[in-house]
Order: sequence, then C-alpha cells, then structure tokens
Amino acid sequence: MTATTTPFRSGVQVGRDGFGQLLRAEWTKFRTVRGWVIGLVAAALVTVLIGLFGAAASNISCSGPDGGPCAGMTPPMGPGGVPVHDNFSFAHRSLTGDGSITARMTSLTAVSSSDGQNPVSGLQPWTKAGIIIKESTTPGSQYAALAVTGENGVRMQHNYTGDIAGTLFTRPSWLRLTRSGDTIAGHESADGANWHLVGTVTLPGLPSTVRAGMFAASPQHEVITESFAGASGRSYPTRATAEFDRISLQGGWPDDTWTGEDIGGGPGGDDIGFQESGDGVTVSGSGNIAPIVAGRGGLGTTVESGLVGAFAGLIAIIVVASTFMTSEYRRGLIRTSLSASPRRGRVLAAKAVVLWSVTFVTGLVAASVAVPLARAVQRDKGHFMFTVPTATELRVVIGTAALLAVAAVFSLAVGTVLRRSAGAVSVVIVVMVLPYILAIASVLPSGPSDWLLRVTPAAAFAVQQSLPEYAQVTAAYAPADGYFPLSPSAGFAVLCGYTALALGVATLALRRRDA
Amino acid sequence: MKEALRVEWTKLRTVAGTGWLLAAVVLLTVGLGVASSFAVNCSGVGCGQDPAKISLSGIAFGQVVVAVLAVSAVGGEYGTGMIRVTLAAIPRRSTVLVAKAAVVGALVLVAGSAAVLVSVLAGRFILRDNGFTEAHGHAVLSLADGPVLRAAVGSVLYLVLVGLLSLGVATAVRDAAAAIGIVLGLLYLFPIVAAVVSDPDWVERLQRISPMTAGLAVQATTGLDSLPIGPWAGLGVLSLWAAGALSGGGLLLRLRDA
Repeated sequence: MTATTTPFRSGVQVGRDGFGQLLRAEWTKFRTVRGWVIGLVAAALVTVLIGLFGAAASNISCSGPDGGPCAGMTPPMGPGGVPVHDNFSFAHRSLTGDGSITARMTSLTAVSSSDGQNPVSGLQPWTKAGIIIKESTTPGSQYAALAVTGENGVRMQHNYTGDIAGTLFTRPSWLRLTRSGDTIAGHESADGANWHLVGTVTLPGLPSTVRAGMFAASPQHEVITESFAGASGRSYPTRATAEFDRISLQGGWPDDTWTGEDIGGGPGGDDIGFQESGDGVTVSGSGNIAPIVAGRGGLGTTVESGLVGAFAGLIAIIVVASTFMTSEYRRGLIRTSLSASPRRGRVLAAKAVVLWSVTFVTGLVAASVAVPLARAVQRDKGHFMFTVPTATELRVVIGTAALLAVAAVFSLAVGTVLRRSAGAVSVVIVVMVLPYILAIASVLPSGPSDWLLRVTPAAAFAVQQSLPEYAQVTAAYAPADGYFPLSPSAGFAVLCGYTALALGVATLALRRRDA
Repeated sequence: MKEALRVEWTKLRTVAGTGWLLAAVVLLTVGLGVASSFAVNCSGVGCGQDPAKISLSGIAFGQVVVAVLAVSAVGGEYGTGMIRVTLAAIPRRSTVLVAKAAVVGALVLVAGSAAVLVSVLAGRFILRDNGFTEAHGHAVLSLADGPVLRAAVGSVLYLVLVGLLSLGVATAVRDAAAAIGIVLGLLYLFPIVAAVVSDPDWVERLQRISPMTAGLAVQATTGLDSLPIGPWAGLGVLSLWAAGALSGGGLLLRLRDA
C-alpha cells in the first residue's frame, strides 16, 4: 500500500499580476535610486537657471536722448498687443461717418540705395501703396488698407496681421474702400467700371471720425549673407513713389485739402513725400505697415526664449531615462524583473509609463517656472515682449514638458536596444541636440538646416515656436530666429514617430534576446 | 610606466567596441563632411563660405564617438568592478590615468588623422565641382596651403583633446552615462545659449570659453578677424578644459576609494 502524497500548496493568497503592480514596481525602482531623483531635480534646475541666465545676459544698451532705458526703442503696439512697424507717408483727410474713397493708381516705383550712392530700382515684393482708412495718425492705431504691392498684386490688409489677396496684377489699378459702421469693404477694378470685391473687414470700435487717404510704404531691402561665422544681414532703405488720379470721395469729408504727413516719424525730415498736381496726387515714402518679426539681435523677446535651458534639462533627462533600463542590464536586475513579469512587453510599457509621467511633471514644473521668471527679468531690462495668446503660451510650456517626456521614452527604448548607457545617451543626444546646433549656429547653410529640422527628432523643438510666419512680411524666418520648418504639431509628431519606432524595436529585441 | 601602457593597450584592444568606435569616428566625420560639402554651392564671387571648415564640419559629429570611446575606457572599468583589479596591480593611480590618457589619445590621434585626411581630400574634389574655384575667389583645398594645414592638424588635435576631456570627466564621475551627458552638455550647450543671448559682450564671452566653439576656431581659414578667438588660442581654451578635467579626475581618483 502506498501512501499518496499531496503536493504542497502555499497558503498565501496568489498575488495579483496586474499592470498596476508592475507600475508600482517600476515607480518604486525609480524613486529609490538616488541618482535618478537627483538627475530629475538637476534637469528642472538647469532648465530654470539657464533660462534665467539667458534672460539676464540679454543686455542691450540704448543711448537714448535722456540715457534712460530703451523707451524710445519700444515699437508701437497694434491692436491685440502685437508689436508693429507703422511707418508710411500718408496724404489724408477726415472722414466722418460712412463714406467711400476711390482712386486710380497709375504707377508704383521704388528706389533703393543698395550701394549707398546711386539710387537703383528697389521695388520690393511687399512695397505697397494705395488707399487706407485709419483710426488716427497715431502709430499702432487700427486701419484697413487696399494696396498695390510690388510683386503680390492687390492686397486688402487690416490691423497689421490681416492680409487678403486680390486678383488684380495690372496697372493702372482702380481701388475703392467703403466704410459702413465698423466694417470696411475693399473693391478693385482694372477699368473703373467693373468692380470686384477683395474683402470685407471689421475694425471693432472704430470712431465716427477717422483719417483716410493715399499712402505709400516700402520695407527695407535686406541682403543676407550666410557664412560659417553666422548669417549677417545688411539692410538698405527703399522709397516707394505712387501716383494717383481720378480721386473721388463720397460721404462726409469736411476737409478741403489733403494733408501730407510721415506717420511714425519718417527719416525724411522736412521732405514730406506728398505732392498735388491738378487732380493727381503723388505720395512717396519708406517704412512698412506690418507686424514686427522676431529675430536674432532684435530687441523683442519671445516666450520661448525663457526655455533655452530645456536643452540642458533634456540632456539630464536623457541620461536618467537611458540608465533606467541600462542599469538593469548592468546589475543583472533585468533577470529578476523578467522572472517576476515574464510578459516582457509589459515590463517595457510599465517603465515607459512611469518615465513619461515623472519627466512630464518635471518638465512642466520647470517650464512653468522658467517662462514667467525669464519674462520678469526681460521686462525689467526694458525689452518688449512678443505677446501671444494664452493658448499659444500654454502650448509652448506644455509642449516643452511633453517633448522632454517623449524624449525620455525614446531614450528608454534606445537604451533597451543598445543595453549600454554611454552608447544610448550619445545616440539620443546626437539625434536630438546636434541637428539643432548645426541649424542655429549656422554651421550649415539654410537649406540642409531646414531638412535636418524636418527629418530628425530635433524637429520636435518646433513646439516652442510661439510666433507665426507672416506671408506678407519678408524675413529670413530661420531656425536661429525661432522659426522652424515644420508646424508645432508636425514637428512633435516626428519625435513621436521615432519614439514609436524605437519602442517597437525595443519590444522585439527584449522578447527575442536572452536577458 | 611601460607596463601600465601595455596593460591599458591590451585592455582597450581586447574590448569588442573599440574597433567599431574608431571606425565610426572616421565614417561619421567623413560622412557629415561630405554631406556638407555636397550641400553648399558657390555660384558667384566671394560666397562667404569657408571651404576648409565645410569639409571638416564632420568633426562636430565625430567628436561624440571620441567622447564615447574615452568615457567607456573608464566607465567600463567602474561598471564591471575591473577598476579594483587595475588599481591593485598598479597602485600608483596617477600612472594608471596617465597611461589611459596616452593610449586613448594615441588611438584618437590615429583615427582622427585618417578622418581628417579623407574629409579634406573628399572636400577638395566635391567643393571644386560645386563652384569653389579660382574664378570665384577660392583656392582649391590643399594641405600645402598654410591655413588649411593648420585647420587639418588643429582638427585632429581637437579630437584628441575632446577625448582627454571625456576621460577626465569620466574618472571624476565614475559613471559612463552621467559622464557622456556632462561632456556633450559642455560641448553643445554653449553654442545654444550663445545663440539666444542678445548682449554682444556675453555672446563673445560665451564663445571664448566654450570648448566647442573656441576649439573649432582652429578650423577657420577665412574671416579670421571676425572670430571670437584666435585659432590656436581657441584650441588652447579646449586644452585648458581638458587639463582641468584630467587633473580634477586624477585628484578624485587619488582621494577616493575605488
């Protein structure tokens, strides 16, 4: 007779084997390694400190008449707080109540003094002249204008950022602006008989009496030379001259004559660019009516300038994130981790979730401290801010935090594939930081730079771009000036794509290889 | 000392990664240099570009691999505990560090020379086809030209110095990942901050102390007047960084337990 032995069964209840347990395990690992916590704190600190240093070291000296801060250098602010250029020659009269102005432009020319001596033809793509209805002659006040441009046909522009394309490219060009209440309609015509509506714009709160008439403005002619030392730009003033005739006014026009004036203090001094002959009017002027574009060496500061330290923070986070996986291999802990949770993909997923969360929070804290601090320092120094909508500012701050978090997951995946910390850290730094340096430090010409910021994970830094590019303003829009070739979401998607790819390869490698 | 050198040489020679990393130094440096040379065009007189610098722009890439190589030479010992065996065998710790520096430096010197030589040769032909000709005011790239030779020799020395800097940092922090982060941070952050700061005095100050910007000034062959720092003086700045890192690392190696 044989005794039957019952197999041993532990009385301890079987522990749950959920994803929550794994998350807890990974979180415990993370928070109990002193180096990683120090690394994250360091990431936040350097982000804030370098941002502050960048703001503090941005000193500008303005030798104003009273030696005071750069008050005279602060540009006028347009509606909505956008800093603007508002310099042009204006032949104007009062317009009370509703009414319209019609004029025929017979010619538009411009001269440039590129070589400093002989004036040459300097018609810029956005040299513009035409008719305008403006709240007042104060720079920065509201306006709606219908203009003939150098190379872009007839355009209806309003309040500095609005730009509607017309269809007329031939001259003479007939232009008409009609005010009724707060709305202004612009019509164009090639013959003065068949009119085509270009656009209708609303200027909220436009006073009953406004100034209206003919204007001319021509932006500076910019010559940008690229070299390895950096891009250097020289600009030469240009002066546009426009001839108008067949001017007809309808509605309440109390003045009998046109008044010529250089709005925004033109460089001409006594030479007001306005002449009347018979029924014709000639206006000539320099300057521009447009939003100011941010650029290197400019006085204005952008929201993202406070976030330059994010690069330093990124490097610290990459080190922490890579070692979060590679140290498991170095210490052999990976064998314990994988015995405890044999489904390997889930271990990687748990690590990614924990890492994403802690780095996102770290980045969010750092960015939301750095931006207002840097702004306070800049404002103290008399710089003006490129004000952006709150939604844009939030996108810049949250986007930076998300960038750091996704970069951390990317580093984790690369660390899983390479299993060596030095290799993983340098691979991620090279693909995320080096392209940005090559692009902004003008090591490469602008064509290849743009491509680097399209196809490498560094494209994600586009989330920090707070200012839009204006099609109606000629500027370099280079990465060094804060303009990226991809839109914020597209740039961020590039990084996410690389991260997804790396996670896929990492999962495969983790499953296939022995630990 | 001779023994120590042989020990370090054997260790570095028999680690699987060394050969690959040295090959990567050459490939990446030449690769980026060739890509940059293809990317630029000179269609008129005085393009404002520096042909020597374009053909050697791959150094910005190759230096990363040099840093990895140097950091791994120390970080690997700490990672595996080998350092205790090494220090037991050669108790004079400064000797160990000097031997390591000599072996790493010599390897980088060889790989760097190959990388620079091929880069300049490739640049010579590609840039000439892209319009950098006598007619456009650019002499064809040649090592017989004094400034070009200085740029080439300086670039090799630059790589060696980056290797020594990395070795020093890795000895000080004893962890490969943290060391590579610090080295690449030192190299890459200065140019980024200098690009954001708008005060010209600060920009120049940052460029003068930046190991990468100042060190790479040695590559300039045109527009020397507009450089923030002279070519050799710039390389001197990088040597100071490397010397500082090595002596700091050496001091910590003496003071601390392994």
